[in-house]
Amino acid sequence: MNERLKVAIVGSGNIGTDLMYKVLRSPKLELCMMAGIVPDSEGLKRAVTLGIPITDKGIGPVLEQDGIRLVFDTTGAKPHMLHAPLLREYGKIAIDLTPAAVGPYVVPAVNIEEYLDHPNINLVTCGGQATIPIVAAISRVVPVVYAEIVATIASKSAGPGTRQNIDEFTKTTARGIEVVGKASKGKAIIILNPAEPPIMMRNTIYCEVEYPVAEGVVHSSVEEMIKVVHTYVPGYRLRVPPLVQDRLITTMIEVEGAGDYLPKYSGNLDIMTAAAVGVAERLVNHIIGS
Amino acid sequence: MLPGSIRVVDTTLRDGMHSVAHQFTPQQMATIAAAMDVAGVDTLEVSHGDGLGGSSLQYGRAAASDEAYLEAVASVLRQSKLAVLLLPGIGTKEDLDMAANLGAKVARIATHVTEADISEQHMGLAKKRGMEVIGFLMMAHMAPIEIMTQNARLMESYGADCVYIVDSAGYMLPPEVRERVEALKAAVQCKVGFHAHNNLGLAIGNTLTAIEAGVHIVDGSLRSMGAGGGNASTETLIAVLERLGIDSGVDLYKIMDAAKLVDPFKTQPKEGPDATLMLGYAGVYSSFLLHTTRAAERFNVDPRDILVELGRRRIVGGQEDMIIDVAYELMQKKQKALSGKVMSPKV
Repeated sequence: MNERLKVAIVGSGNIGTDLMYKVLRSPKLELCMMAGIVPDSEGLKRAVTLGIPITDKGIGPVLEQDGIRLVFDTTGAKPHMLHAPLLREYGKIAIDLTPAAVGPYVVPAVNIEEYLDHPNINLVTCGGQATIPIVAAISRVVPVVYAEIVATIASKSAGPGTRQNIDEFTKTTARGIEVVGKASKGKAIIILNPAEPPIMMRNTIYCEVEYPVAEGVVHSSVEEMIKVVHTYVPGYRLRVPPLVQDRLITTMIEVEGAGDYLPKYSGNLDIMTAAAVGVAERLVNHIIGS
Repeated sequence: MLPGSIRVVDTTLRDGMHSVAHQFTPQQMATIAAAMDVAGVDTLEVSHGDGLGGSSLQYGRAAASDEAYLEAVASVLRQSKLAVLLLPGIGTKEDLDMAANLGAKVARIATHVTEADISEQHMGLAKKRGMEVIGFLMMAHMAPIEIMTQNARLMESYGADCVYIVDSAGYMLPPEVRERVEALKAAVQCKVGFHAHNNLGLAIGNTLTAIEAGVHIVDGSLRSMGAGGGNASTETLIAVLERLGIDSGVDLYKIMDAAKLVDPFKTQPKEGPDATLMLGYAGVYSSFLLHTTRAAERFNVDPRDILVELGRRRIVGGQEDMIIDVAYELMQKKQKALSGKVMSPKV
């Protein structure tokens, strides 16, 4: 089947622009519009160069185009609260990269199959995308009583949105660890490191499990999960394999970005745009078939 | 020029928590706090060593909840002000609200020296709750002075009543302290403070230098309990201030009596003073000490190698997980060097 799913991106900032390159590379998606509100934004300028229809009037023109079936929203939590009901009204699926969390949390490697029919999918946070797969990989072999993650990102790849709402990151990620990762209790910590050259995104995942479990069992579950994440985030790597110490399992992950628009050290941003495309591609057959 | 008086904040019940792996009980905190209140200490900081919400696998779990500690201490204070520490990214606005509800009057909001802009919301909330706001620029030695002062100005713009230079690694030497304090004073209108660590044995000396250079607030802790080599010893500081004729409002004998209360808890790090020295020498966050000792044992590597590598990687405060990363890597290297002889971490 050669039919591609017609999609649009709302928000022409860093995330929207990086996402644009990933969508263009996808054999399953056709980018029909790039929408922003800042006429001379870098994202819109680049879209014009690439021959993609643009608008600087925000989401309105996207809604008017019947052919567009799916919309990536990269704006912000507040705008998405306004966009979500509109997209629903116009029958367009929303993939929400903001912290608005109107729809269910989705981590493609873990729970996308449960939400193939959902009109609005939220991608938790970058820390959630990076760490929840590991929590889920462990919780499917042994109950996880408590999971705590520490995400360290380069200062340069934390934008003003993250910085001004840093609590949103910790709270949303903690909830995602519980809801999607299936830990009874979750906690998240974020640290910004200004080192030069900028560091790759680093994530440490601590899982306290109900009873001791063989290291081999944990290793194979985690390795299997990493293979799945790899299909949509090529720069997702195990840095320290699960270290089992009685009931505590410590795992470390590094995320290198694809370097599409954002620099490679921005693995935290790359994993969001990569997850967005991962979700959209999984939805393609489902939507086009229906 | 020496001032006539100075405000002293005691952080035994916050930074000192690192010395006891965050295991003070609320009752123990209340007893120590009551003695310091009687001695006349202006402000007492109470929190997990890594601030509100710091109880975690990353930093170590506290013996009790933030609420339990604050309630216990608030109930015994008659004159001292209750302060809390919060690191955005670890603690949240909810934690700060809770602390305000329990009577905390001072909010110390800490960020890495280059990341002040993550503190805006928390400072805003603290101001709204009528708290005094103190901005904490941690690991101040790591940033060029202009960057440090830019970040101080940001904190001031968010409503900070005072901005601190925090020598988290105990790395600074007196001339550096003077230079930074003078630059900070020139950059902001608000008050300025200094928080020392004793890793190179300079906590009292650096604190005095900061006072000479014009800071308004300084930190101490009983028996210098605190991360790494600890802080400036409050009781020693009070004695020194008395000799200099600087009024701190603290009674020397009474603060010495209070210090006796922490003697049962004050243990020499079992790796000895060398690892503490290495923190200051390598410029590494003081609270890494305990975690480094544990990792060195677990992975059978030299703790000094871990600290030097952490310094080389320019690891910042809060990145305790990187200790495991470095120790694991050092173990792997050692393993390779021993050509195939299999070693695994001790459990």
